[in-house]
Amino acid sequence: MTLPPTFTEDVAELPTHGFSYRSLTWWGVIGFMVIEGTAFVLTVAAYFFLMSHEESWAPRPWLPPNAIAGTLFTLVILASEFPNTVIKKAANAYDVATVRRLLPLMVAVGVVLLVIRGFEFNSLNVLWYDNAYGSIIWTLLLLHTTHIATDWVDTVVLWALMRTPHGEEPRRLVDTDENSLYWRFVWLAWLPIYLLIYWVPRFFR
Amino acid sequence: MTAAEKAKAPPIDVPRDGPDLTGDKLAAALEATWMRPPGLIGWLSSVDHKDIGRRYIITALTFLALAGALAVAMRMQLSKPDNDLIGAARYDEIFTMHGTTMMFLFAVPVMQGMQIYLTPLMVGTRNMAFPRLTAFSYYMYLAGGCLLWVSFILNMGPDVGWFAYPPLSGPQYGVGKGPDVWAQMITFTEVAGLAVAVTLVATILKQRAPGMTLARMPLFVWTTLVVSLMVIFALPSVALASGMLLSDRLVGTQFFNPAERGDALLWQHLFWFFGHPEVYIIFLPATGFLSEIIPTFCRRSIFGYPIIVMSVVATAILAFGLWVHHMFATGLPRIGYSFYTAASMSVSIPTGLQLFCWIATIWQGRPRFEVPFLYVIAFIFTFVIGGLSGVIIAAVPLDLQLHDTYFIVAHLHYVLIGGAVFPLLGAITYWYPKFTGRMLSDALGKIAFWLIFLGFQLAFFPMHLSGLLGMPRRVYTYPAGMGLELPNMLSSIGSLVVSAAVLLFVLNMLLSLKAGRIAPPNPWAAPSLEWATTSPPPPYNFPHIPVVESRTPLWDSPETLPVVHGLRVEHRELLLTSVLAAGPETREPSAEPSPWPFISAAAVTVMFISSMFSPWAVLIGAVPATIALIAWFWPKSALPHPEPVIS
Repeated sequence: MTLPPTFTEDVAELPTHGFSYRSLTWWGVIGFMVIEGTAFVLTVAAYFFLMSHEESWAPRPWLPPNAIAGTLFTLVILASEFPNTVIKKAANAYDVATVRRLLPLMVAVGVVLLVIRGFEFNSLNVLWYDNAYGSIIWTLLLLHTTHIATDWVDTVVLWALMRTPHGEEPRRLVDTDENSLYWRFVWLAWLPIYLLIYWVPRFFR
Repeated sequence: MTAAEKAKAPPIDVPRDGPDLTGDKLAAALEATWMRPPGLIGWLSSVDHKDIGRRYIITALTFLALAGALAVAMRMQLSKPDNDLIGAARYDEIFTMHGTTMMFLFAVPVMQGMQIYLTPLMVGTRNMAFPRLTAFSYYMYLAGGCLLWVSFILNMGPDVGWFAYPPLSGPQYGVGKGPDVWAQMITFTEVAGLAVAVTLVATILKQRAPGMTLARMPLFVWTTLVVSLMVIFALPSVALASGMLLSDRLVGTQFFNPAERGDALLWQHLFWFFGHPEVYIIFLPATGFLSEIIPTFCRRSIFGYPIIVMSVVATAILAFGLWVHHMFATGLPRIGYSFYTAASMSVSIPTGLQLFCWIATIWQGRPRFEVPFLYVIAFIFTFVIGGLSGVIIAAVPLDLQLHDTYFIVAHLHYVLIGGAVFPLLGAITYWYPKFTGRMLSDALGKIAFWLIFLGFQLAFFPMHLSGLLGMPRRVYTYPAGMGLELPNMLSSIGSLVVSAAVLLFVLNMLLSLKAGRIAPPNPWAAPSLEWATTSPPPPYNFPHIPVVESRTPLWDSPETLPVVHGLRVEHRELLLTSVLAAGPETREPSAEPSPWPFISAAAVTVMFISSMFSPWAVLIGAVPATIALIAWFWPKSALPHPEPVIS
């Protein structure tokens, strides 16, 4: 026989959702950010490992990447934090109308970023199979692109969901809050990668 | 009602567990809510952590049997000099399959399976944090294992060793699809392992029973938390490395090609940055088993709980600073030799501390020498030998002499079998009544134990000697007259004894399933929460969520179980508590069964396997995978429920 229960606290009055570290999915998102962050850090370690074998970086005669597309990408992704913050705050304030209004803007930003990213691949001045330098530069850019693409799909699905009656559910606003948090990770991760792809190969020529 | 009003709304009037709804009536209601649907689709849709944990364990034990059969084949080939039972090429495949299967398809998954089964029961919750992700992870693991073994059967298995060093595994020398199969199997198992790790961390941090502060967590849960964090930091390294290897082979990147300024040592760094922590990812859960088994069978609480916790954390941190000792023979700067030797030796300190805490517990307790406890003794004896041979090869001059000899084979089997498999067999014996509701046969268990323990020493101790005599590992035969005949013959006989013993252990598991003595909820008089519920537990684990007031709740409150109440019973609901103090915080819904994790895993499997043949498969294959993932997440009812439900 199992032990008979002694009743203590009644938990029925507790809320059915919580933001930030009170939410279960927040911990999931943080977990995956740490995994992806570790993958980025290790790729960066591989970058410097390969760089340590070279006398110049980018190795001559390869030219460093043209920085125009990458810089434009950086400016757009930095600017996207403004609507992202507004959406995050609105989600925390249960302001569904603002979330519904601004999510399509974030979807549009994602499209713009993916188009610019296409030009970035075209401005690297090296192909992935030319040498190890080309391989690691392409890997960094490709890894980050998968983040832009997956977050874009995520945002499209969230936008579609928020337009339904489910959008009025407090838990969906927690989802929105966490989608905004993930976007912060995506652009924060980009900043060191931007330096490694476009500027380190210039400084160490 | 707007979202803001909903957020402040009082709880709706639905049936909730409590003094008015308890006993059989509550059990029937919870059973209906938490049971998996019937039939094959229901089986594939199950999100019950006990189903998934059991599947992990059974699948991993099947892979253990397969890899064990390969080990016996190798031992038969090596039983006498100049033997021609197995040719060189086949032998290469066999040792590759043996190591790869044992490390990636047995050791890590079996530990994660135990963690998936036990953690929610030990922390007093109804299910894992992300049950569908857990289900998805199992199917990914199964697909990865099948990929490797079907390829082997079709004669296209890998033959490059379990760490697949380039250039041997690279595009120039790694002919055929074997290395691609190996690398993609890594992708499958790493996706699975990482998903489980995140789920376990969230479960442990947010779903502990009220009152179970971090300082009151069972030590197995502590090791699970620490090991899951290690998985999160270590597995991306091998996933990245195997991704680079695949792209070198498939699309011509030059990561490991020195002719185009790549470097084969990059592979070794990335692989061992994962590979060394991997050893502790396998070993630390085993220390968690010991820290549960020892107090129960010594009838006293564990000695030095904080020391054990700090030792586990210290081991985990140090484990990330040792990887280069696998690369001593590659030529390193002198400072590198000194640093990694010191770091490798220092890891024996926290492990030693744990060992002394266990010995102190046994010393001060009144040990009952039942089968699980016998495995503890076997562990201490065997692991100390393995640990000491580890300290020996941490010294560079000795390592350079012994590198790639059978001394290393002996060392790694002493630490992995002695350090992880013995505790695992003890743990299976210990928790078997919880898993199945039946006790294992004591007599069969003791015979199997002595055969395994003595057979193991017979199989692996002579390998120290053959290694010292200069026998390299991974050779398919050796010439007569070098003094290698006797140690090899002894090892081969020992391997047969171990195989017979493992078969006996499995036979005991099968026979006891039907004929074993019926197990009460707490057959060993153990102190932790998993023993508060029935054996086997119902689909909802506990009728009411327990409250914890000490580290040994069932010893300190032997007559009654304090509980909280007020969770919904007609929909799946969990109690979430705060991270440090485990105070009740929110009620959150738990996912209902769904076929979509299985369908998503099938779609991802098609994508991963076809991407071994064309890079475009990644793009095309991503479409069905994305659709399946969206269907998984999308709510299945047009209108939301009054209180949240994950349908």
